[in-house]
Amino acid sequence: MKIVVAVKQVPARDSNFRPNGTGRWLDESDLNFEINEPDAYALEGALQLKEKLGGEVLVVSLGPERVLQTIRDALAKGADRAIHIATEEEAPSDSFITAQLIAAALKAESPDLVLTGLQSDDLGYGQTGVILAELLGFSHATIVMEVEPQDGAIRVKRELENGWFQHVVLTIPAVLTVQSGIKKLRYATLMGIKKAKSKEVKTIPASSLSATLAPSMVIERVYSPQRSKQTQMLSGSAQQVAQQLAEKLRFEARVI
Amino acid sequence: MSVLVVLEHMDGKWNRMSFEALEAARKVAQELNTALEAVVLGSGIDSLGADVAAYEVSKVWTINDPLLQAYTPDGYTAALEQLIKHVQPGLVLFPHTYQVRDYAPKLAARFGKALVSDVVDVRADGQDVLFVRQLFQGKLNADVKVKGEPRFASIQAGAFRAAQGGPASAPIENFGVQLRASDIRSKPEAPFRDAQRSVDLGAANIIVSVGRGIKEKENIPIVEELAQVLGGELAASRPICDNGWLPMERQVGSSGQTVSPKLYLAVGISGAIQHLVGMKGAKTVVAINKDESAPIFETADYGIAGDLFEVVPALVEEFKKVKG
Repeated sequence: MKIVVAVKQVPARDSNFRPNGTGRWLDESDLNFEINEPDAYALEGALQLKEKLGGEVLVVSLGPERVLQTIRDALAKGADRAIHIATEEEAPSDSFITAQLIAAALKAESPDLVLTGLQSDDLGYGQTGVILAELLGFSHATIVMEVEPQDGAIRVKRELENGWFQHVVLTIPAVLTVQSGIKKLRYATLMGIKKAKSKEVKTIPASSLSATLAPSMVIERVYSPQRSKQTQMLSGSAQQVAQQLAEKLRFEARVI
Repeated sequence: MSVLVVLEHMDGKWNRMSFEALEAARKVAQELNTALEAVVLGSGIDSLGADVAAYEVSKVWTINDPLLQAYTPDGYTAALEQLIKHVQPGLVLFPHTYQVRDYAPKLAARFGKALVSDVVDVRADGQDVLFVRQLFQGKLNADVKVKGEPRFASIQAGAFRAAQGGPASAPIENFGVQLRASDIRSKPEAPFRDAQRSVDLGAANIIVSVGRGIKEKENIPIVEELAQVLGGELAASRPICDNGWLPMERQVGSSGQTVSPKLYLAVGISGAIQHLVGMKGAKTVVAINKDESAPIFETADYGIAGDLFEVVPALVEEFKKVKG
């Protein structure tokens, strides 16, 4: 089975997020980057499917040169080769264009399955995988927790709202967007890191791929959210804040 | 440019977020001084159409087809594509449900567009429409605009108060669609629940909820003791349940339980959107987190920016005195 995993590199969760000088994107100068967490689970799911069924895992990632680190990590964990769609701008394009570029880069690959995380931790649009399926002409399922290959098809367990689940049988080729936390993530071994150095990473400049390059969705302004509630911040030693809070909950909020 | 809102149900039961999206659509249609139409699709859904006619809409579309009996992304996309080409709305709004996340991006792609998903506000800006979204798990907001029509956007749970029906009786029109069984590539089985629930967090008055900040499973008892002293239930954010540190039935959030206690103590929870959706109904919220820029403080009444491993034991001692 040939499995493509689309992974995104995002700023680490505990980063300091500030708008940049243009006010249209954030200041990336002191950010650390890491693999988008749901994509890490998509990669894990792909590697486990390969171990069970044989075949190949191809990683694809779009972004500036820094995403090569995320690609190398994925290769060290066991992916076989990678495609880097190299972009120049830091500020993101819209998901439709991202999906168009990935679809174009995968044209020659004809995978059986494409796995990706259900959404990104940075922008959270949660749609690149679904659009990709539409552009590739593949079936799809979102928020997938388990994948069970069948003869010429796959059966997946999807998460619905409020604790409900559902099994769906899909034709292949298919795109699956994977829920976080479905499996234990593996670490790269020393051997894996060594092997990764000789694995193929093909760089394709985004500008060489055919896509509508003018995004339909434009971020006009990025800013810190206004507080919806007046938050009283309590300060002092642990004992002091504990005392203050107990007072407030008893006599101000009257909830204990 | 008219506004079209797509309403969602499961087996004939309304998803309450539908009426929040309807309210967002009503508000923006009024600001744009344009017509608002609503659509509901499925099989045998005439009574749902009649429900919607009681709201402030100029028209209700129903799409009735046996192939829409069970939801599939292929069926819903094909049906709505045909209706949108017929109605030609300038703006199409959805509730940001799991189902919408599954097909709306595909539908928007048919029109060469991305979906402005999970918006917390939508308003007219002259004849244009401005959308507000949260980025980086709620740490920054973004104003977003879309070039060209139709614009597609989904409304975050709780961002708008649900619309109220009234004495209105809007015209209802059934829209016939051409669907072929062979175009539907997925076969959904009946939805199910994994386990019987033994904890009903929805009925709890006091909830102490724990997140990633607790670091290790071995530390859970620290927070459990706080819940015990307060006579409350212990709950958690998703990562804690994913790790198996607490059972899934104690998860609060969009994929877990929705709670509305008098007091909600969020301990070491950063406040990702998916969690906030589950606890919006809480009366008083206390947040304890070492990161003072954590989004959880945005929704807290009382905030303590500090080390939970110091603050929580101090709280236990203090509440013992109060309760004792």
